[in-house]
Amino acid sequence: MNLISKERLSKMGSMEKIRMILDSVKEGKIVVLETGLTPEEEAKLIELTMLEIDHEKFMGIEVESYPYREKSVFSKIFGKKQGRLTVIGPANRLKTLEKQEDLIKTLIT
Amino acid sequence: MGLLSGLRKRLRFVYKLLLRKDKLKIGIYGPPNAGKTTLANRILRDWLGDIMGSPSEIPHETRRVKLREGVKIQVNGKSVTIDVVDTPGLATKIDFHDFLKYGMSEEEAKRRAKEATEGVIEAIKWLDDLDGILLVMDATEDPFTQVNVTIVGNIEARKLPLIIVANKIDLPTASPARIKSAFPQHQIVPVSALKGINIDSLYKAIAEKFG
Repeated sequence: MNLISKERLSKMGSMEKIRMILDSVKEGKIVVLETGLTPEEEAKLIELTMLEIDHEKFMGIEVESYPYREKSVFSKIFGKKQGRLTVIGPANRLKTLEKQEDLIKTLIT
Repeated sequence: MGLLSGLRKRLRFVYKLLLRKDKLKIGIYGPPNAGKTTLANRILRDWLGDIMGSPSEIPHETRRVKLREGVKIQVNGKSVTIDVVDTPGLATKIDFHDFLKYGMSEEEAKRRAKEATEGVIEAIKWLDDLDGILLVMDATEDPFTQVNVTIVGNIEARKLPLIIVANKIDLPTASPARIKSAFPQHQIVPVSALKGINIDSLYKAIAEKFG
């Protein structure tokens, strides 16, 4: 399992983050991001995941994160979303059991 | 914050007035099997006497974006002309084994899975060309799925007008209230696209929100 800190994520560009996530997940690892991804990054992650599904070993990803929330004055004025804790893993290893606004239960096999 | 929000609303109104389009492209989004094509068919049947495509119980039946132009919706003196964009269901995983249980051969299932992955990419790309979104959720299912969270996040980031359609309210386990509590910041319209229940409320919401 790779736990990536907020500091490390803040130094990475969007594609760098997405590449790191996909490479790790394709190796069977679970990736935990302290601050998560922006909505645009999540959409890009889904796009690249679809491109890399090979219908043999890699069937896709499971992503667990909380809904976005606009918190700061800056985000309210400029509409910038703040990512929240996110767990990403291979679809065949990570399974959602229950998801609420502030609680996610998952099963890792 | 009230002042800023009021200013933002006024600016949006002026912007809409100045850049008002004759036709708006409205995308129908959602996870697989939420009832997107059934809703597109309902809209087209009611206003054009036609349909968009065949819905199916098998996930990822729609694997290409389908567009129908010039659907004029008129409600209580308000009218809006929209191009309906029916999109493939969004997903983070597509396993061809899931299609085998519907009696498909492995080759057929793999082809369907490949087309489905291409459909997801196409649906995401279309987000940049739309003027508004109807996000269809199955009201019998848990609304807190990652696909729903990601779509709502992307629509909010693009500042597109959004109506969440809580579909399948004809089923006994449907709970539009659960969707409302999951996404309280957005307008929710409960309907049964299949049976046409409360569909007039959706047309009214479309005319008001997108018109």
